[in-house]
Amino acid sequence: MARLLFFGRLQDAMGTGALTAALPAHVRDIETLRAWLGAKHPELCDATVRIAVNAELGPGNSAVADGDEIAFLPPMSGG
Amino acid sequence: MIRIQAEPFDPGVELAAFAARVPGVGAIASFTGLVRKDSEGSAVFALELEHYPALTEKTVSAIAEDARARFALAGLTVVHRHGAMAPGEPIVFVAAAATHRRAAFDAVDYMMDRLKTEAPFWKREHGPDGARWIEARAADVKDRARWG
Repeated sequence: MARLLFFGRLQDAMGTGALTAALPAHVRDIETLRAWLGAKHPELCDATVRIAVNAELGPGNSAVADGDEIAFLPPMSGG
Repeated sequence: MIRIQAEPFDPGVELAAFAARVPGVGAIASFTGLVRKDSEGSAVFALELEHYPALTEKTVSAIAEDARARFALAGLTVVHRHGAMAPGEPIVFVAAAATHRRAAFDAVDYMMDRLKTEAPFWKREHGPDGARWIEARAADVKDRARWG
């Protein structure tokens, strides 16, 4: 199981800030994760949404696996 | 020095404490961001600032390191709040110290442009029509792009 976190407007869209999900075998990196989730939740896969795996922002080929914390980050607004 | 905290802070106290840590410098510039009383014509009752703790301090520290590498600084400090706050309360404080004013001004400007668009905070304003998420504006993105 992976832990999915949703921030900002995405927690409203998903109705929760966090959930756990079993990743299908073909989901191995950020790109395949986006494609898998995007089918059901296009708002998570909008080009403006960044994805951090275990609190690291990496490129689309960054690996994801069971046990990871995967955070969906809409455009940030600090300061 | 970087602090991410829920507690309110006093920018005057922060500035004095920072100045005491950088004796002998020629210039200190600072910026304080405050919760607005109204936004796009509507009253703001409260601001809620959510963050991603696992990423926040790491990101703010990395931005501060970039500022130190880019400008000739004698010191740099950031205090950033999260959680619920009321209009008029400080949200963020950035101060930079340098031998001459230009580096200090620029470092503060640079820090704010990057914090606005890259630090993992999300703002939600509570007003008469309920709550709404505020995302970085096009102007913020354009400001950030000035630094390459």
